[in-house]
Amino acid sequence: MNPKRNREEKLFRILMVAALVLVFASLAGIILVVAMKGLASLNLSMIIETPKGGYYLGKEGGIANAIVGSLYLVTGATILAFLISLPVALALQKEYIGRRAAAITRLVLDILWGTPSIVYGAFGFVIMVYLGIRASLLGGIIVLTLLMIPIMARAMDEAVRLVPFELKEMAYAMGATRVETTLAVVFRQALPGICTGVILAFGRGIGDAASILFTAGYTDEIPTSLMDPVASLPLAVFFQAGTPVPEVQARAFAAALILLAIVIIVNLIARLLGWRFSKHIVR
Amino acid sequence: MAHIQIQQLRVSYGSLPVLNDINLEIPDRQIVAIIGPSGCGKTTLLKSMNRLLDLNEDVSVTGSILLDGVNIYDPAMDVTCLRKRVGFLPQRPYPLPMSIFENVAFGPRIHGLSVLSAGGGGKQAEKSLVEHYLRLAGLWDEVKDRLDEPAAKLSIGQQQRLALARVLSIEPEVILADEPTSALDPVSAKLVETQFKLLKENYTIILVTHILRQARRLADYIVFLYMGDLIEHKPAAVFFSAPDDEKTKAYISGEIS
Repeated sequence: MNPKRNREEKLFRILMVAALVLVFASLAGIILVVAMKGLASLNLSMIIETPKGGYYLGKEGGIANAIVGSLYLVTGATILAFLISLPVALALQKEYIGRRAAAITRLVLDILWGTPSIVYGAFGFVIMVYLGIRASLLGGIIVLTLLMIPIMARAMDEAVRLVPFELKEMAYAMGATRVETTLAVVFRQALPGICTGVILAFGRGIGDAASILFTAGYTDEIPTSLMDPVASLPLAVFFQAGTPVPEVQARAFAAALILLAIVIIVNLIARLLGWRFSKHIVR
Repeated sequence: MAHIQIQQLRVSYGSLPVLNDINLEIPDRQIVAIIGPSGCGKTTLLKSMNRLLDLNEDVSVTGSILLDGVNIYDPAMDVTCLRKRVGFLPQRPYPLPMSIFENVAFGPRIHGLSVLSAGGGGKQAEKSLVEHYLRLAGLWDEVKDRLDEPAAKLSIGQQQRLALARVLSIEPEVILADEPTSALDPVSAKLVETQFKLLKENYTIILVTHILRQARRLADYIVFLYMGDLIEHKPAAVFFSAPDDEKTKAYISGEIS
């Protein structure tokens, strides 16, 4: 190899290694900082009790309202978004809506994906005012669903697009209908990618503060109905970090730590499921 | 036994003509080999016979293909029924993303084959059906102890015989095979060829191949295509010993390939 090509090889290797190190370092850094600042305030009552003294300012009790609230919000929104995103992703196959319509749909989804979540929040708020609904668990779920659909649908769409055409052709060649082909072949083959889509959307949903700022409201209690206002972890972090009281600020990091733990656990579970689902995948 | 007649068939992709005015009557219960140089339209002709061509975009087909006298390109034709009667074996044997058992049971399930409902035994009937077709494809002994494993784990030669079992399981009358041994090692290819010879008792088999020796070994009847034209078609013995056309002579002698 001549020296120029040799240098090229080395340069690229250095670039790649540096980029990879940065990726790992950022996760490690985030966990480290959040843990260092929040671990001291993290205790059992933080997780199982609701705040004492109102608006997290009492320095006592916990953030169970926000933990349960976030789980309610994101579970509801993930289920709704899944029910809408899967048909969208499957419809984008060329045997359904055709290339041109699919390209337009993808553009629409990508624009929605890029739309800042505060805009979703403002939009949801306007609609809710118009309909006379107050900030509630239901409002939060609906806005989060809208926020999650583009991510979930596009990720699923990419998974569906990766299904080899020859594989579908096999099913069609046996006389399978479009639905039979889609359910028996496309869905199964794309299942790990579909799981990834759900997780991506879940991650954005559970971490988003802006979209539910106006639409989900706030409460110190755990909601008992869909029409009750609901607290959430990202807003618990936001409100507590914004106070001038050091003890409350430390509790913000504890809340962030819990949020981070949920995201990590859900990702690991999803990986495990995706790995199990990939048993039958044809490569 | 379904009888296939092709009349004035023209196929083009966009503005590119691929097949020009094909007229052909397929003899029943024989192995018919479609041969010719790459890009001459062999696979297109094959896929026109169960309308797999429909899956391609901007493909246009004129003329007619009669299956027992009924034009399969008639808008009233039920394509799923057509494809059940005219099965297809692909070049690369993609297994469906499911277990070995389910791969073979898939066809009978979607077509609700009478054997399944009539047997009364449900699961038991399905099991014996799967066994029957795996035996017919010469694969049973190799997979009988691992029917629940993913089909993707089979070797490519086994996958091709699984694909054969899958085609047979929908009880077709005609089998279309698109270079079915081209991805296989010689031993697996031999196994598939042997199955074909056994199967022609009951099926019409139409085989696309670019291997002249395979056509000589297997075929009873030869269809020779060149650049989208049907040059010559006749019984294999006559085709190889006394070809009429200059292009055929050149192809057989290896001057063009």
